[in-house]
Amino acid sequence: MSNATLSPQRSSLRGATLPKWFAWAVAAGSVVLGLGISAAAGLGSSIQWALIAAILFVVGSYGISAKVEGRRQAKDRTATSLVWVAFLLAVIPLASLIWETVKRGIKVLDGYFLTHSMGVVADTEPGGGIYHAILGTLEQVGLATLISVPIGVLTAIYLVEYGRGRLAKAVTFFVDVMTGIPSIVAGLFILSLWILILGMGYSGFAGSMALSILMIPVVVRSTEEMLKLVPNELREASLALGVPKWRTILKVVLPTSLGGITTGVMLAIARITGETAPVLLLVWVTNFINSNPFSDPQASLPMYIYLQYANSGGSGAAYDRAWAAALTLIAFIMILNLVARGIARWKAPKTGR
Amino acid sequence: MDITTQKPAAPPTPGPAAPADKRAARGATRPGDRIFLALSRGSGIFVLVLMAAIAAFLAYRASIAISEDEANFFTTFEWNPSGIPPEFGIAVLAFGTVVSSIIAMVIAVPISVGIALFITHYAPRRLGGLIAYVIDLLAAVPSIVYGLWGALVLVPHMDGLYGWLDDYFGWTGILEWNGGAPRSLFTVGILLALMILPIITNVSREVFRQVPRMHEEAALALGATRWEVIRMSVLPFGRSGVISASMLGLGRALGETMAVAMVLSPSFDISASLLDPGGGTFAQNIASKFNEATEMGRDALIASGLVLFVITLLVNGAARLIIARRKEYSGANA
Repeated sequence: MSNATLSPQRSSLRGATLPKWFAWAVAAGSVVLGLGISAAAGLGSSIQWALIAAILFVVGSYGISAKVEGRRQAKDRTATSLVWVAFLLAVIPLASLIWETVKRGIKVLDGYFLTHSMGVVADTEPGGGIYHAILGTLEQVGLATLISVPIGVLTAIYLVEYGRGRLAKAVTFFVDVMTGIPSIVAGLFILSLWILILGMGYSGFAGSMALSILMIPVVVRSTEEMLKLVPNELREASLALGVPKWRTILKVVLPTSLGGITTGVMLAIARITGETAPVLLLVWVTNFINSNPFSDPQASLPMYIYLQYANSGGSGAAYDRAWAAALTLIAFIMILNLVARGIARWKAPKTGR
Repeated sequence: MDITTQKPAAPPTPGPAAPADKRAARGATRPGDRIFLALSRGSGIFVLVLMAAIAAFLAYRASIAISEDEANFFTTFEWNPSGIPPEFGIAVLAFGTVVSSIIAMVIAVPISVGIALFITHYAPRRLGGLIAYVIDLLAAVPSIVYGLWGALVLVPHMDGLYGWLDDYFGWTGILEWNGGAPRSLFTVGILLALMILPIITNVSREVFRQVPRMHEEAALALGATRWEVIRMSVLPFGRSGVISASMLGLGRALGETMAVAMVLSPSFDISASLLDPGGGTFAQNIASKFNEATEMGRDALIASGLVLFVITLLVNGAARLIIARRKEYSGANA
């Protein structure tokens, strides 16, 4: 049994251990066996041989390791392989998501696509573009940002600088809960208030209001975290000089945490840019360019993707446009994310860690 | 940040007497302070009012619809709000929402915990950091893109898995496949699992990272294997964090709209097999039915939205309470 470790004098403090290549050997063995068994039994599906191989691997490595190293080491090996399996299981579809979007989106994505609207292009024909959708998305998201940033930042200032007692606790709790409001519910709320009760029509602005409901809690949370990182010494130094508290906040606390707040706002923008449900309920969609967000339906990138998918009638041209728009949307969001993280790293307060 | 430039800007106010000190320190005496406090407190109150308004307006429109409803709102298997008499109920939607979310959770929670452990305890540090970063970015991929991918890539690839499940587990009845298009609650559950995976992984990872180093080292010093360290010090410490992370993920799965609407082929009946197309979820039903809804139809959809709102409120509130009980970490980056 001790043939696994052939050291001349075995240390009594260490149990027998299997060599490093053991896991790879068992993996290779079980893949070969799995293929062999499924070929012998005539199973065609790749899921089946992979599953057989996986089971062989887990059982095999457990069995051999239990014999040589002991049960505890064997369990450790099983846990390790399960963790790896979890990782691989998740990585495959997520990588496929990115890969397919890039591969299929790059086909029609060019200058023409970015600078033309769908105007008179039928859904099933090639041609057309997403200019109207980009315009709509930028306007709607811009308006939502204008609404939610002041409210969000002021709420965070209240929570960090003033908030004591029951009101602050309630605000904290409900901001947290608000983070989890489904986007469609935010859309329904504006629908019932703005369109059904006040009798307004579809417009980009209605969509912006729903988007800002989704954005406010994100801005509050990230700003709050950033304000908390500002050292108290700075506040105390300023107050000790007789500077009023509000000027201390505006001139000392906010500038210190500006980088972090910017990051938070950009991440929040990235989050709402892809929201479809509220836009579907409140802005609707048009194939033409509408640059006025305060009246009439407007296009937006997410709705454009949905429309190209839903109205395609199975036509390849429409699917191509949907993928290209999806790629544009992802690229926009990823750039926002990367820039935001860049700012965060660059402006990070030097508090160790 | 150069704060010395502030010095000349604000000369100390001439005579703040000693008794006023306490009030001045709290910043409510000078007009500027008062206005600023009012503004920021006002924003805080606005958030509370907003939440109340959401509940109130949804409830108001929903009550209009439910009072017109000739059938039982909770148990009817039908959605015909513009019929005469209007009859609609949320039984099918509640079933579909719960089933798809359960499937998503069953798949996503173990895998997310596995990835979180992989990042914090198994992968080499560089690789772990990279994976964590990529998963962070994946959390930002919009649901419409997941929907497009689900409808055009995942659905065509589900045939093999469906056939396999039918071959080996068809006898259970709930995994029986009749050869229909794989646009069922099961596929929706898989897609939802993928969508909530990043958020659960991120929060769990944060929690696992905060396990006191001493606990782990103590276990290692006693001769524990890596798995024993995880089982004895990491998982017990992280349990409540993983629970609240899962509930945050559940909240998202419950309210997911477009991806479900694009993948599911909806119908208003419940079938015994999960692999049969049909069923629906609250959010999906709102998005699909909204287009052709009459005024009554919209109110009925708002009524179903109110139910969804209450459910997500409860789930999220519970998750936040669990987080709040342990102040060591925050879900701010969730």
